Amino acid sequence: MTSARERDLLLDGSSNPLRDPRDKRLPRIAGPSGMVIFGVTGDLSRKKLMPAIYDLANRGLLPPGFGLVGFARRDWGAEDFSQIVYEAVRDHARTPFRQEVWDRLAEGFRFVMGSFDDDDAFDRLAETVADLDRVRGTNGNHAFYLAIPPDKFPVVLKQLSRSGLTAQDGDQWRRVVIEKPFGHDLRSARELNEVVNAVFPEESVFRIDHYLGKETVQNLLALRFANQLFEPIWNSNYVDHVQITMAEDIGLGGRAAYYDGIGAARDVIQNHLLQLLALTAMEEPVSFRPDELRAEKIKVLSATRLFEPLTDTTARGQYAAGWQGSEWVPGLLDEKGFNPESSTETYAAITAEVDTRRWAGVPFFLRTGKRLGRRVTEIAVMFKRAPHLPFEATMTEELGQNALVVRVQPDEGVTIRFGSKVPGHQMEVRDVTMDFAYGAAFTESSPEAYERLILDVLLGEPSLFPVNNEVERSWEILDPVLEAWAAEGKPDPYPAGSWGPESANQMIERLGRTWRRP
Amino acid sequence: MIVDLPSTNTSVLNRKLVHLRESGGVLALGRVLTLVIVTNDGPGIEDAIAAANEASREHPCRIIVLARGVRKAAARLDAQIRVGGDAGASEVIVLRSYGPLAGDEPGASMVIPLLLPDTPVVTWWPGEAPQSPSKDPIGELAQRRITDAFATSNPARALELRRSTHVPGDTDLSWTRITLWRALLAAALDNVPHEPVTSARVVGEPVSPSADLLAGWLTARLSAPVKRIRSDAAPGISSVRLVRPSGPIELVRPDGKIGTLTQPGQPERRVALHRRDTKDILAEELRRLDPDEIYAGALQGLSQITRGRSSAGSAAGAGRRR
Repeated sequence: MTSARERDLLLDGSSNPLRDPRDKRLPRIAGPSGMVIFGVTGDLSRKKLMPAIYDLANRGLLPPGFGLVGFARRDWGAEDFSQIVYEAVRDHARTPFRQEVWDRLAEGFRFVMGSFDDDDAFDRLAETVADLDRVRGTNGNHAFYLAIPPDKFPVVLKQLSRSGLTAQDGDQWRRVVIEKPFGHDLRSARELNEVVNAVFPEESVFRIDHYLGKETVQNLLALRFANQLFEPIWNSNYVDHVQITMAEDIGLGGRAAYYDGIGAARDVIQNHLLQLLALTAMEEPVSFRPDELRAEKIKVLSATRLFEPLTDTTARGQYAAGWQGSEWVPGLLDEKGFNPESSTETYAAITAEVDTRRWAGVPFFLRTGKRLGRRVTEIAVMFKRAPHLPFEATMTEELGQNALVVRVQPDEGVTIRFGSKVPGHQMEVRDVTMDFAYGAAFTESSPEAYERLILDVLLGEPSLFPVNNEVERSWEILDPVLEAWAAEGKPDPYPAGSWGPESANQMIERLGRTWRRP
Repeated sequence: MIVDLPSTNTSVLNRKLVHLRESGGVLALGRVLTLVIVTNDGPGIEDAIAAANEASREHPCRIIVLARGVRKAAARLDAQIRVGGDAGASEVIVLRSYGPLAGDEPGASMVIPLLLPDTPVVTWWPGEAPQSPSKDPIGELAQRRITDAFATSNPARALELRRSTHVPGDTDLSWTRITLWRALLAAALDNVPHEPVTSARVVGEPVSPSADLLAGWLTARLSAPVKRIRSDAAPGISSVRLVRPSGPIELVRPDGKIGTLTQPGQPERRVALHRRDTKDILAEELRRLDPDEIYAGALQGLSQITRGRSSAGSAAGAGRRR
């Protein structure tokens, strides 16, 4: 396998005369390779993976001769699989449909029928993959995408190993892609990592957190480290506290069975929100090389602690029936097929602090929930109040704290809130906002997160995928909360369409702050 | 929304822009650049505006269209402002000028008050371009000057002008059109064996600035002889061949849509290699506003190409197409 260093050498043009670091137009096309998807019948495959693969092909970023193998229990022929992918592309692809692109892509489709415990099926899969190498020239480079529940990982990984599909010789590579959740606590995360690493070395493992698109992360890094404006105030001298929110307006409709026993903290805080916290609070990396970036993220996660006592600094809730906008929706316990006794939380909030000189004493409030007021993900950095010396109290009654809000989705952008004089003969100061959007139709034409993720897997560029010690460190932070919650009590109910349970408001008010309405 | 301002001047226009922002809030800030489109008035301007609107979804911008009408007329300016749904993620100002106002100097003067403060200016000539874009009054306002040799009445002469008058910041859509070809060829050399290329050959239509630039790029990068063969066999570029000791790498596109990549010891691979829309290449152009040294190198390489004509056998089939 080509090491990262060799590849860097290769790509800076020293061995390939057609490459030049100044040639920024030239996209990186993945080398000869193919992908095997387990779980092709699932939503993830149909709504995200297949359209993203087509979009990549349409943008000319997939290698000529790309192979796509589907593996599932269905009794399908190659044409049926092709039809499924076609429908997925037609309904969900971002870029326009082009017959010639589709035809080339479809030539590389293969389907293998079988269940995960079927040795025969995996032997057939190995033959199919070898055949792709021969016919399509995928050169032994294959990524295995496990779009399946995590409890199936061990059996599939064992089968891959048994059938010789994980063997990498010479220049060839084999990689595995797994989706969150990466375990449900520290212990299970370690077990999962052991299972995966027994078959694939860590540098061949790509953990995908699809909420955290690369574009978002890079926008955040650019905002923080390319500007002189924000860095001087990005510390406890000026920052009062930070609120990181990820709210969803949907309920659990179809995913109810998966969610029981998981809950909002495991589902979102452990990966997504703690990653956002790390990116917000970390020091400047030496470079944007993946290992340097990770080093900074791990440093800041190692310094992250929970505020105690947990009964006062955390909150959880479960949505009850209510008006979600203009629609009356049932509560969690009444969702079809859901355990009516469940104490799984759909809303979770925690208070953390980062024990570094930069952030000493600044609380980081993290919250997430389903069936909240609207769908939004944002990082709000709330600044301390100015002393207001020259003003009389009446002049600034309506002035809040200055804030810098990084909107992650929807409507990606940055908002700055500051005080401005109200027009008129009286001196009166009120909050106004200044807004930047990454483009009015940003979501339309910016690459879908999965496109970048899949391309990075094929290129072997791991920069933004969490590695196992990040995952384990995140569980270490969260585990005490999960244990405390399991030990006593139940989540507090909150009406669907609201901003969470009253206990969450009390939690933040104990520290003298209030939640922003996102 | 479309606001027509017949027989107007730029201060009225500017006041109207401010008024529109105050009353509707439609002219959002956060524009990253001003794109000036210089063209003759006619049905073609709508295509250019449509392409720019599409590209503006990636690069929110203000688009100023200088549509020049008849010169032999009284001086007159008809302006039109398009915002909201009629302008993509941009705001479009169309300036239709007649008589003396249709010249270059007054064109620049009309554009100056409308440029967004403190952001880059890009000028795009979708058709005929001035001899030396960087010395043109409107080109002088811009950091980036986009021409299109292929869209002019004499592409070969236009490309020669691009070469002789090139300064950093100039670029041509004929160059942008070959990014995919270049990417595939570069990717083919990424893999083992890492051998030097001893010679190369580019086959394309007799009139194809893109094929010329591709040959020029290979000359500049490979320090090996590069031949540019003229052939009517296929639209645009029809094939590229890189010769190496272990055997040639060949990328062939006989129909303008699908390419076939052959490498020694590997199965033949087919790849969609369609010709790109104007909106795609314009969006690519706007993605970077710094000088394109690689393009400059390709222009320099043009003079070292050997030229030839294909043997009669391969000329069967398609006639000349755009």
